[in-house]
Amino acid sequence: MLESLSNRLQGVFKSLRGEARLTEATVDAALREIRLALLEADVNFRVVKAFVDRVREKAVDQEVLRSLTPGQQVVRIVRDEMLALFGTAAGGLTPTTRAPRVILMLGLQGSGKTTTTAKLARWLTRQGKHPLVVSTDVRRPAAIEQLFVLARQLNVRVHEPAGEMNPVTRAEGALALAKNSGFDTLIVDTAGRLHIDDELMQELAAIRRAVDPTDLLYVADAMTGQDAVKSAGEFHRQMTVTGVVLTKMDGDARGGAALSVVGVVGVPIAFVGTGERPEDLEPFQAERLVSRVLGMGDVLSLIERAEAALDDESREKLAQKKDFNDFSLEDFRDQLRTIKKMGPLEQVLGMIPGMGGLKQLNEQRANMDPKQLDRVEAIINSMTPGERRNHAVLNGSRRKRIARGSGTKVEDVNRVLKQFVEMRKMLKTMGGMTSGRGGRQRLMQMLRGR
Amino acid sequence: MSSFFSRVRAGLAKTAAQIRERLTETREPAAESPSATVARAASLQEIEDALIGADVGLPATERILSAVQQAGGAGLLRDRVGAEIKGVFAGASPAPDSGARPRVILIVGVNGTGKTTSVGKLANLFKQQGQSVLICAADTFRAAAVEQLAVWADRAGVDVIRAKHGADPASVVHDAAVSAKARQRDILLIDTAGRLHTRANLMAELDKIRRVVSREVPGAPHEVLLVLDATVGQNGLVQAREFMAVGGVNGLILTKLDGTAKGGVAVAIAYELKLPIRYIGVGEGIDDLVPFDADDYVNALFVDQW
Repeated sequence: MLESLSNRLQGVFKSLRGEARLTEATVDAALREIRLALLEADVNFRVVKAFVDRVREKAVDQEVLRSLTPGQQVVRIVRDEMLALFGTAAGGLTPTTRAPRVILMLGLQGSGKTTTTAKLARWLTRQGKHPLVVSTDVRRPAAIEQLFVLARQLNVRVHEPAGEMNPVTRAEGALALAKNSGFDTLIVDTAGRLHIDDELMQELAAIRRAVDPTDLLYVADAMTGQDAVKSAGEFHRQMTVTGVVLTKMDGDARGGAALSVVGVVGVPIAFVGTGERPEDLEPFQAERLVSRVLGMGDVLSLIERAEAALDDESREKLAQKKDFNDFSLEDFRDQLRTIKKMGPLEQVLGMIPGMGGLKQLNEQRANMDPKQLDRVEAIINSMTPGERRNHAVLNGSRRKRIARGSGTKVEDVNRVLKQFVEMRKMLKTMGGMTSGRGGRQRLMQMLRGR
Repeated sequence: MSSFFSRVRAGLAKTAAQIRERLTETREPAAESPSATVARAASLQEIEDALIGADVGLPATERILSAVQQAGGAGLLRDRVGAEIKGVFAGASPAPDSGARPRVILIVGVNGTGKTTSVGKLANLFKQQGQSVLICAADTFRAAAVEQLAVWADRAGVDVIRAKHGADPASVVHDAAVSAKARQRDILLIDTAGRLHTRANLMAELDKIRRVVSREVPGAPHEVLLVLDATVGQNGLVQAREFMAVGGVNGLILTKLDGTAKGGVAVAIAYELKLPIRYIGVGEGIDDLVPFDADDYVNALFVDQW
């Protein structure tokens, strides 16, 4: 969405700088850019019109707060309005006393229902739940097998009555199994269907009657255009959707469908899919999406990932460090491993504020080789423990040996050492800048991902 | 040809009904009688909204409408806009068949657009035209993708070269190319895994597939078709640009036109990148993939609705 909107707005706001009061003319210029950017982001054109009108109402002739420039003020109004649009509903699943909880997945063909079913099962397992999954997709060739394979990879139980080709019977069987065997959640995957296909919508209604779901999650592709409103609206009208899962958010899709669906259909977004791996599913957070819209980066996601990736041991190790004088190559390697665990590098970088908007960096991001980190790790692994603790002993012949051992060149070893020395220097300076013990502690805490 | 025409019509009829509804909504106030609505020619603003609502995108919409206004001329506005859009497609024509055999067609795209289904339907289409076809299942990533393709191939009566899940797709492609030559097939259809155009390593894999197949069959792949879901918005333009640059895409397959979406971003793609639409998907049956016809598409999805 996201980058182009912030770029466009920044252009307008540059021209707004220095004005004491927002006039109708300056607001109009900004609103024109907002309209363009939102349309480019595939926000439904009706939603855009309504949204722009609301922002105009709030923006025209407001006294500029002393601490804000006019540009920032418009950004704040846009941000507040977007947040208001998403409402207060939290992402994820609302608590229920129903046992088993039944989640029905529905949506158009190719939106990612089966993949999301598997991801959701994994997410629930992580929450301490015991999910059972079942496919009722008897239409798409090998869809049942796809879910079966995915579930098996994730150690999730799948109800698989071989040869049973009646979707309703499959769902009923799974519900009975869930009740009898003490599963607390049942996820029912369904065939992709068009919202205007009456026959298939009736089949969906029959499945719904059979399992009486607690949650009806509509799975929508983040790349969907203006049609998002039609399809989601029709599914909601016929099935009363309780939440939306927005998939394929790891691309450069603008995700304007999110605003459209929420704005027109009024269904909250429950989860977003952020990659192809089973763990790439996150509860939706409006502030994060809006921050990304406005180019503020996705700091919250970044911190959360860092926390999840830092295991207790390395956290403990970092905690023991009083300052950075003894920051060694071993610590450097731990940091690298942490970064790798946080997910594909391009995803991680996209979350850092300001980085997302830099076109140049985006190009670099595309060319970034994930193997680079593996190579650095191999180099450090080829050192003796003594060398890792004290890099000063690394003379020419030791470096040659390390290069041979790690299958790299001496230049690569030199580069890694240079990076390490620079990082250490930077950490020391940062430690020194934050005067007093409190500052240093805060910095250490930051690095520990707390 | 008339059966083809009627099938496109039938497939697009549902879409058309929905669009009519949408346009009636646009034409406020709703107090107008239905006959008055039909009699009134669509205004510029209505056509602009309809084009944007069809995902043509604001830049392309503005360029099309300003071109129409500048050209002037007689006749209804909707017909002039329709002619302009047809002109856009005329300016994006596919490269002619060089006659090389086997003709290698590589199918690419992001996840969930309908690549595997399109390969099955294409195989069927070529077979009905009397050509011999071999399918290569190079999506070794998605669970059960190969099985899905095998079912389609069976329906079309075409055989498949496949490898184990997780195998290097380039090696399957190599085997298939060798096999297509040995069996003297007219067409080799290669299905690939869905990949987001932002994933550098997956795009590099596509490049490798291209290199491998060109070593076996000089000049291959002759066609690289990007499968676009008609529901896609402006990101479709980004996808086309990236897949063109890295994957050598030279044509589009527009799928899922039997819904309410119109795939208008293909107009912007034809305008900006001169990429032609080669086939459109208008239903779930094996016969529901048909060669693209600009007049039919523009009339059924745009002009007739205005």
